[in-house]
Formats: sequence, C-alpha cells, structure tokens
Amino acid sequence: MHLKQTIAMAFKAISANKIRSFLTMLGVIIGVMSVIVLIAIGQGTTASVTESISSMGTNLLTVTIQTRRIGGRDPWNSAGNSKGTVILELDDILELENDDSIAHVSPVVTGSLTVKAGSTNTTASIIGVLPAYAQIINQGVQSGRYIIDADVDNRSAICVIGSDLAEELFGTTNVVDNTLHIDGRAFRIAGVLESKGTTSSGSSDSSVILPFTLAQRMLDSTTISSIYISAVDSASVDQAQTVVENFLYKKYQNESNYSVMNQTQMLEAANETSSTLSLMLGGIAGISLLVGGIGIMNIMLVSVTERTREIGIRKAIGAKRRDILLQFLIESVVISGLGGLLGLGFGLALMHVLESYLGMTLSMSAGVAYLAIGFSMTIGVIFGLYPANKASKLRPIEALHYS
Amino acid sequence: MIVMQGIRKEYRMGENTVAALDGVDIHIKPHEFVSIIGPSGSCKSTLMNIIGCLDVADEGTYLLDGQRIGDYTEDELAIIRNRKIGFVFQQFNLLPKLTAQENVELPLIYQGMSARKRHERSEEVLERVGLLERMEHRPSELSGGQQQRVAIARALAGHPSLILADEPTGNLDSRTGAEVMALFHELHQAGNTIVLITHDAGIAAQTPRAIHIHDGRVLEPADRNEVII
Repeated sequence: MHLKQTIAMAFKAISANKIRSFLTMLGVIIGVMSVIVLIAIGQGTTASVTESISSMGTNLLTVTIQTRRIGGRDPWNSAGNSKGTVILELDDILELENDDSIAHVSPVVTGSLTVKAGSTNTTASIIGVLPAYAQIINQGVQSGRYIIDADVDNRSAICVIGSDLAEELFGTTNVVDNTLHIDGRAFRIAGVLESKGTTSSGSSDSSVILPFTLAQRMLDSTTISSIYISAVDSASVDQAQTVVENFLYKKYQNESNYSVMNQTQMLEAANETSSTLSLMLGGIAGISLLVGGIGIMNIMLVSVTERTREIGIRKAIGAKRRDILLQFLIESVVISGLGGLLGLGFGLALMHVLESYLGMTLSMSAGVAYLAIGFSMTIGVIFGLYPANKASKLRPIEALHYS
Repeated sequence: MIVMQGIRKEYRMGENTVAALDGVDIHIKPHEFVSIIGPSGSCKSTLMNIIGCLDVADEGTYLLDGQRIGDYTEDELAIIRNRKIGFVFQQFNLLPKLTAQENVELPLIYQGMSARKRHERSEEVLERVGLLERMEHRPSELSGGQQQRVAIARALAGHPSLILADEPTGNLDSRTGAEVMALFHELHQAGNTIVLITHDAGIAAQTPRAIHIHDGRVLEPADRNEVII
C-alpha cells in the first residue's frame, strides 16, 4: 500500500475526531511550545548578558569585595583577623589611578529606591558612582551634565537619570533642572544619560546615577563592595589586574575576601550560568513533551479498541499486518507532528508577546525548530509503536465479531 | 473452484475440545451459485471462516481456485483474501467514516492499485449495483439495502474468484432482501461464483444448489455432490 494513501487515511481519521485529536495534540503542543520558548529565553538572556558585558568595553575590571557583617564572625577568615574589619576608604582605592596601567577607578554602590516626580512614582535602580564611571562604562549624557567631583565632595543633591525613566516620569527626555524626589528627598536632575538599549542586568536607561558619597548614605551602605576599574588599553588589562590584586592582597591578606574579574572572565561566568539555566529550562520542557507522548499512547490505545471492528473489516478484505501497523503508526506520527507544528506556531506567537513584556530580544534558530518537530515526531513513533503493534496483531475473525 | 476434503476444526472449551467441523467435504465448481444452509449452532460461521481464509482448518485439504490453503501466515492469508475473495456480511461491515466509493476502493488500496484506476473500477462496480449517483454518500446516509449493495460492490471490486456472502439478507426487510437476492442472481448470470451462507431455507431455495450442514457435517446427498464434480 502506498505511503501517500496511508498518510491521507491518517489525516482523515484525525479530522474525523477533531476535538479528541486536538486534545491529544495539546500535550505535544504545550511541550514543543515550552521547549522553544524556554530555549529562546535562555539564549536571549545569554545574548543580552554577553552584550551588556561587552558593551562595557574590554578594558574593564570588576572588583567584588565580600562585605562583612559588623559584629558577625567572618566566615572567610575562620582564623579570625586580629586587626579587625578592614574597610576600604575612597582615597585608598583612588590611589590605584596612579598606576600606569590603570585609567579610571570608580566604586559603585547599587540599590533600588522609590522615585517620584509630580504624582508619578516608581521604583528605580540607584547607582552611586564617581565621575570616572562615565568613562569606565562608556556612557555619557545626552543632555545636561554628568556628576562632577564637586558633587561627590559636597554630597550634592543632584542626579543623572536614564532616558526611559525620564520618559516614564515626565513623558519627555527634556528634563534637565527638573526636580526628582528620591526616597522623599528632592534632587535636581543634572543630566540625562545616553541611551544604551536594554540589557539583562537592569537597563541603565531606567536607572538613576547619584554621586557616590550621597548614594552611600541614601542606601545605608558604609563599605565599598564593588569597584569598576578600566585599564588604559586592552593590552594593559592583565597588568592592571595584577596591580589591583596586589593592592587588595596587601589590604586583606586573604584572597577569599575579594575577587577581581576581567571581561573575559565575566563573560565565561555569565555564559556558564546561562547555559546551565538553558539546559535546566529545556529539560523541564522536555519532560512535558514526554508527558505529551504518553497522552498520545493513551489515546491511540483507546482508538485501537474503539476501532477493533474497523481493523477486522480491513483485515478481512486484505490488509496485512504491516498495513495496519503503518496506518496506526502514521496516525500517531501525524498527530505528534501536527502538534509539533502547532506548538512551534504558538511558541513563536508567545515569544513575540514575551519579547515586549520581558524587554529582551527572543529569537529561534532554524535548528531548534527542526529539532522540536523532529523530536515530537520521534515521540509519535515511540509512543505509537505499542498501540499500532497491538492493532496489527488483532485476529481478523475476533476483530470482525467485536461489537 | 472450492474443493474441501475431510476438513476438521476443533475448539478448546475449557478442558474439552469440541469438533466444530467434523470431516466436511464440499465441492463447488466455477460459476456456481451455492447456498450453505444450516440451523444456528451448526458451525456455519466456522465453515465460512475457513472458506473465506479468515481461519485455517486443523485437518483436511482445502483448494481454492486451484490453490492449496494450508499453513499460511496471516499476511499470506490476507493477500489471498484480498485477491480471491469478496466478502458480503450480514452487518454490511462498511467503514462509517468513508463514502460509498471510498469503501469500495478499500480492497483495491490494499492491492496497491493507483488512485485513477481505483476510481474507474469503483465507479464501474457501483454502477453495476445501481448506486453510482450515491457514491459520495456515507453508509449512514444510505438505506440498509443500499448499504448492502455498496458492500456487494466492494466485494466485486477486486475481481475475486469467489463471492462469499454470510446471511446477506439477514438484516434487511423482505422486499430489499429480495432485491439483494436478485442482484446475486444477476451476478451469477454474469459468471461469478457465489457461496451464500444462510439459516433461511427460503433463501437457500432460491439458489440453484444448497448444501446442508448440521452439527459440523454435510448432509447433502452424496449422489448430487458427485454429479457436479
């Protein structure tokens, strides 16, 4: 019997039971949909993390310092540090700028606070920095001015805000010299940041930049736990990293109290995290696809029982075992394949919706699409084989007299 | 056409084996129209299953159209049924989701015939049974008599050597039953070999020859059997 004929027969059988076929497909539809959407989210996250890291330039070094709880025992230094808590002073770290290999140094303090302009309020991420931060991450202002040294020294109540936040609060980016209330305190807007687009680590377009000294007070942070440093050029990154590490070792006498990462290391760490995430998401989605397959097997078994008489008639007029086997197998493959296609369609639609919602670019590679369809059809074969085999083994006499 | 000698078929019921057919000898020539008649419980359907190659005998020889039906595999029997036998059942046994034409084409699909040839042939046989204009209808849209005629068309479609009808009028009222019988007579006139299994002596009387079976044995007079060989 021709394959084409069998496929046509499968479509006929499926369309004869539309609601049931759709419900059967639903497991595969949801499975495929979640696989592709979750993989896309995983890839999108990776891409945006990568982009945000590389947009900061290759010269960047990031220092993270383990902050200690006052009065608490230091888990990183179980021997106990008789000198007590080491606190980095702003002046200490600015000495680093004297080295030939280091261009700029800025401590960074972050948090989130309520910001209010007129009657509109929202929660925004607050970044406290020194003026050098603009050079370190390559982000200046599109209007007004950036934070200057005097602002830091005087703890001036001025801020620089991201363009999206300006739009959200004022409906325009032309907001220089307007007043913004942060956590109840009035700030003058000195400038609006250049737009950098959305990135995973919170969009800088919707954050507020404050002078470092003031931000520390606003955020109740007395220690310096994060420092951004830029090397003079990418060739000096290694040298700069050594200088910073030596400096920190002198201060802390213990390497586990801090970490210095260059952009390559940051990228590696980020990629490792996001690929683990993708694998986990894909795995969860894969399980739902498997459940969908079991649903197909269940319905195919019911269908074989229901159609026992049909199988008997077909066998009586000359269908061979192979013909019946193929008929039911193709039916389950068509169900799972159609489910895969629909899942792909719904998945793409869902990705479209999520894109604007999550604010990240979600894309699906053709490879993932083929894989999803191929995998769902394989599920159809695997879970269709047992029912199809059962159908093909029915004896024609018994099947004919089944009612 | 059909030569059966010493056909035995036993069934196991619990610990006992019951002989359903106990040495059946039947001879049917080509172009004959024969009825096999017996009361219910006379194992007519066991005999029909063996004649129709749906089952094989435990003992004895069975030649169908010169071919010995012996220890074939299920698939080989399927091919023989497909090529040599056209079934007409009491329950019509049409597939409800298919149109009359698609039902008629079913045995041709399993023969591997091309779609164009199938359409030609199915239209030909549907015209033969007078249902050409209803070929797009599904069985549920047809009367019982029409359904049985579709089933006859399906039986005819594959050019079988033998048409095997099992109580073909059993589910029909007497008038449509008579129409179906008339159709069988026409087909017989046209040269088809027909075996009709029934419990109804009235139906059996309409066929040129009747073979009586009772308790798994043939009661037909031996002399008449010899006459036709």
